Amino acid sequence: MHIAEGVLAGPVLLTGAAGTAAGCVIGLKKIDYHNTPRVAVMSSTFFVASLIHIPLGPISIHLLLNGLIGIILGWASFPALLVALFLQALIFQFGGITTLGINTLNMALPAVLMYYLFAKPVRNPHKNIAVFAGFFAGFLAVLIASLLVALALVFTGKPFLSVAKFIVAAHIPVMIIEGIITAFVVGFLRRVKPEILGGFVR
Amino acid sequence: MKEFELRSGRLIDPRVSIIYTLIFSIIIALSSNMLVAVVGLISSIILTILIAINIAMILRRLLIVNIFILILWLILPFSTPGPIIFSIGGLKASMSGVSYALLISLKSNAIVITAISLLSSGGIFNLVRALSDLRIPDKLIYIFFLFYRYTYVLFSEYETIKQGLKIRGFEPKTSFHTYRTYGYVLGALLLKGYERSEKIHRAMLCRGFEGKYRLLDHFRIGPNDLIAIFMMALNIIILLLLQWNRLI
Repeated sequence: MHIAEGVLAGPVLLTGAAGTAAGCVIGLKKIDYHNTPRVAVMSSTFFVASLIHIPLGPISIHLLLNGLIGIILGWASFPALLVALFLQALIFQFGGITTLGINTLNMALPAVLMYYLFAKPVRNPHKNIAVFAGFFAGFLAVLIASLLVALALVFTGKPFLSVAKFIVAAHIPVMIIEGIITAFVVGFLRRVKPEILGGFVR
Repeated sequence: MKEFELRSGRLIDPRVSIIYTLIFSIIIALSSNMLVAVVGLISSIILTILIAINIAMILRRLLIVNIFILILWLILPFSTPGPIIFSIGGLKASMSGVSYALLISLKSNAIVITAISLLSSGGIFNLVRALSDLRIPDKLIYIFFLFYRYTYVLFSEYETIKQGLKIRGFEPKTSFHTYRTYGYVLGALLLKGYERSEKIHRAMLCRGFEGKYRLLDHFRIGPNDLIAIFMMALNIIILLLLQWNRLI
């Protein structure tokens, strides 16, 4: 889901950087010093989780988890994803400096959206409602993220239209698995540690 | 987790490295001039040789970047309108499509080689300290430090969980059971992470943490850095002159 360096057009990169900067300002404002260790450790959890390979037929995929990040961290998703993507760019060369802004925006914007849509339902006392909300948070976050990536490519140039379509199509299985796993995580957390769900950063 | 160890090659003041990488990357990323892309790539290779970084490491990482580029090569030549140079079974490849894909490949590799050589050579802690000198908000720096530190810890937690799964005969397959297991593994990781963050916070409060990150020593620009700054400035001027057609 990361867009490599040197591909996107200037205005797209600039929009991404500006959007991420704005999101981080809001996110950092909402994190008081009491919450910084929580955000940081959640961020490392997601970084480690993204290294897990999930089998899917003959191939394996890795999770994005931005839906789960969103329902747990709310606006703090922006700084949390920024540091994780920064480290990924440094050590694995997924994305890079000029694309850090747009890549973070593509992941964190759906995350914040999922916070507003599903942070309440995942805390619902009815198990089915909570688990379904978890599924949709996982599914929709990846769907919107892949649409944003596609949009970034299409705004760069018309020839990218088929690349963009390919990226969205390739992510459909990821969306489903992401939804299923997010639903299980929600089911687990609401039994074991419900205070993690529903955003401890408000 | 071996890949997390980044220190290698000659050291340049990380602040200089960050500023140069940023300016260089922006110029290259925004340019659609083939000459700028070629000169940019050559200069990044020269930089790598001067810094004496481990070439095998660079090649391994370039491989990852170029997988995405390869996908572009499979699609762009056929989706860009222009004079046709060859066709495969009804798919017509255009000259402009091929040169577009080539341009992106050159730009992408130039930026990545520069970034690996400069940013990955001084260790992550130095890099983030330098970012703090460059006025990145304290809170973000602080989140990064804790994030980086506890990524290792949580990774070993994950390894432990993985061993536990193995002992119980778990084999990942494309099945609901596998996805449920991974869901619970993630839940357990989140739980451990959450509980650990509570402990860290309390430990920090005990030690009088008041929201400020204090540094004991600061970077100083040395003679090596001056040489590096001179060469970097020269390269940027050359690239800008090429971009604006003032050279040649």
